[in-house]
Amino acid sequence: MTTQLTHLEALEAEAIHIIREVAAEFEKPVMLFSGGKDSAVMLRLAEKAFWPARIPFPVMHVDTGHNFDEVYDYRDRRVAELGIQLVVASVQDSIDQGRVVEETGPRASRNRLQTVTLLDAIAEHGFDAVFGGGRRDEEKARAKERVFSFRDDFGQWDPKNQRPELWNLYNGKHRKGEHIRVFPLSNWTELDIWQYVADDDVELPSIYYAHRRKVFRRDGMLLAVTPYITLMDGEEPEELQVRFRTVGDASCTGAVESSAATVEQVIQEVAASRLTERGATRADDRISEAGMEDRKREGYF
Amino acid sequence: MAPLGSRATGGSTEMLRFATAGSVDDGKSTLIGRLLLETKQIFEDQLEAVERTSRDKGFDYTNLALLTDGLRAEREQGITIDVAYRYFATPRRKFIIADTPGHVQYTRNMVTGASTADLALVLIDARKGVLEQSRRHAVIASLLQVKHLVLCVNKMDLVDFDEGRYDEICAEFVDFAAKLDIDDLTFIPISALLGDNVVQHSHNTPWYEGPTLLHHLEHVYIGSDRNLIDARFPVQYVIRPMSHEHHDYRGYAGEVASGIFRPGDEVVVLPTGFSTTIAGIDEYGGPIPEAFPPMSVSIRLADDLDVSRGDMLCRPNNMPTVTQDVDAMICWFSERPLRVGGTYLIKHTTRTARVRVQQLNYRLDVNTLHRDESHGSLAMNDMGRIGLRAAVPLFVDEYRRNRRTGSFILVDEATFETVGAGMVLGSAP
Ligand SMILES: Nc1nc2c(ncn2[C@@H]2O[C@H](COP(=O)(O)OP(=O)(O)O)[C@@H](O)[C@H]2O)c(=O)[nH]1
Repeated sequence: MTTQLTHLEALEAEAIHIIREVAAEFEKPVMLFSGGKDSAVMLRLAEKAFWPARIPFPVMHVDTGHNFDEVYDYRDRRVAELGIQLVVASVQDSIDQGRVVEETGPRASRNRLQTVTLLDAIAEHGFDAVFGGGRRDEEKARAKERVFSFRDDFGQWDPKNQRPELWNLYNGKHRKGEHIRVFPLSNWTELDIWQYVADDDVELPSIYYAHRRKVFRRDGMLLAVTPYITLMDGEEPEELQVRFRTVGDASCTGAVESSAATVEQVIQEVAASRLTERGATRADDRISEAGMEDRKREGYF
Repeated sequence: MAPLGSRATGGSTEMLRFATAGSVDDGKSTLIGRLLLETKQIFEDQLEAVERTSRDKGFDYTNLALLTDGLRAEREQGITIDVAYRYFATPRRKFIIADTPGHVQYTRNMVTGASTADLALVLIDARKGVLEQSRRHAVIASLLQVKHLVLCVNKMDLVDFDEGRYDEICAEFVDFAAKLDIDDLTFIPISALLGDNVVQHSHNTPWYEGPTLLHHLEHVYIGSDRNLIDARFPVQYVIRPMSHEHHDYRGYAGEVASGIFRPGDEVVVLPTGFSTTIAGIDEYGGPIPEAFPPMSVSIRLADDLDVSRGDMLCRPNNMPTVTQDVDAMICWFSERPLRVGGTYLIKHTTRTARVRVQQLNYRLDVNTLHRDESHGSLAMNDMGRIGLRAAVPLFVDEYRRNRRTGSFILVDEATFETVGAGMVLGSAP
């Protein structure tokens, strides 16, 4: 028998170690669960970390209200299967309570508003550790993020003043009101995620696989026709075979034309892709080169 | 549910973690950019952004280094400030690069990057030769027990790919490295800018018969670097389902630090010293026949003992040193100097405890290896040998023998900063 792990096994072992460390050291952890593929894998790893016991913390969905039905269905099904508690932090509530102001115009998106909703929910519930599915390969600002990433009592990230992180020893010390964002998938790439989904039969919302959908073109992306987005002059809806590479606010998450209907076909496509998943399909990340860094400083995922 | 004991199959490649170091402008960012580009990890939108920025700034050529400058402050200052992690893969291996900036004041970044690295890659500018900083990087790699060191002599194009110059640099480095604890030292003449010997063999260096950098990274043997002898299992978390189906289940979850554990093995629980046998080892879904590092598993014991987080399982005839007095090398990270007599929190394996710094034996000059015994404290980025007294016993091994049970961090009790990283030399007299 070999005593060498494959890279996916090593990544899995590392993530489970991180998740258990949080369960052991924090009083009130929560795991963000959007129904996206990264959070689906992260939740699966949490399931494995505590087996045969239940996951000893709730999951939280920061819900823009602008999600695809397939994603809501998937979220509720997983939560029921695992017998865990779901906390929904609603951007609509934040708008109704006047905490944030809805953007207007055809390019309005609720993406940025999520930060306030997220931070309010963390404060309201007193969460001291918040698991996120962020990966360092996603984006340049994320490449420097720690696995245990300290947030001050305004929820802010200070990239220039991060705690050094050595070996597998994580420093989760914090004061009341501060919290730690924890990223068990830090060292995974998009391809790792998909290979894991394939190897481990991780169920994903159906919109990750090719399906026919009414879409229109904007800024070189394919956006879904939904009630949450207004078409501008010259934008023509058409029905195409598409799939999504990330799952976010329906108003700013683009689809790609694809015939990949199975996970194996998706892996082939990802491996051959010439565009980053965010560059290709996330209007929110195109704001500026420093867009992600700014949002992360404010307390974004 | 996966079948019992089965392992993931699709990505049956190994993982290699390496740290890169070099002085500013030696070409580290360019080299990483080239590795990513030539292994097709760079996407069109990323490359276009870099080409656009290079044009805007009036550069003659595309500055691949821009691929890796993450934070705005770094782009503004044109330097890399913090450790960044990057990823690429070939059919043979998946690579994790800890890209550590090389400024004088950033020893802490190199130490951080090296702590998880299987291999360290140090760049030298062929025109400048072995600098003080190159020596320091090698010293840190050796102190951190990075087993494989690759010295890339870069910018060979600027010295006309001269074999004599290359040999001279290698000889000087070999001389110095003899004083260090490095198992495997490899030299490669490259041009990061033009690509010579990075992924493709260069026609410009017919005198060089060794592998290209990528070939070396893909093939260097790391299988024997882990400690598979000394069985150590720090208990991280106790799994108790509290369900009808698994009423009596009690699993001790954790990452195998070293050695191999199998059901039926006799084990001793530290600190109590009780012995028992392993009833079973579980992963998700059921029992597995053995556990080795770095697997995260859950161990069931044959007897009902009081075992909790911070305890350690080991074998009766092979135990770590149980001690409250630790002799260690430390690298200091904080702007507030190390205080002899001061107390800190130590995080060692899954134990957290208070420690007092009893003494500072010497400060180590990482450029010359000189030991300065007259120093009263350690400042940021200093390294030195200290004696610690812990409030509770720790279960330690020498770092040279065991990276997991020989390493610790110190945390400031007031600020909660991580202020130091330590490597155990033994139990203090
Ligand atoms: N001629 C030549 N120039 C190089 C080579 N590698 C890097 N450079 C240049 O050296 C400068 C510093 O490189 P950079 O990668 O930013 O260095 P870093 O500070 O170590 O990351 C840049 O202008 C590079 O284009 C090389 O192999 N040959």
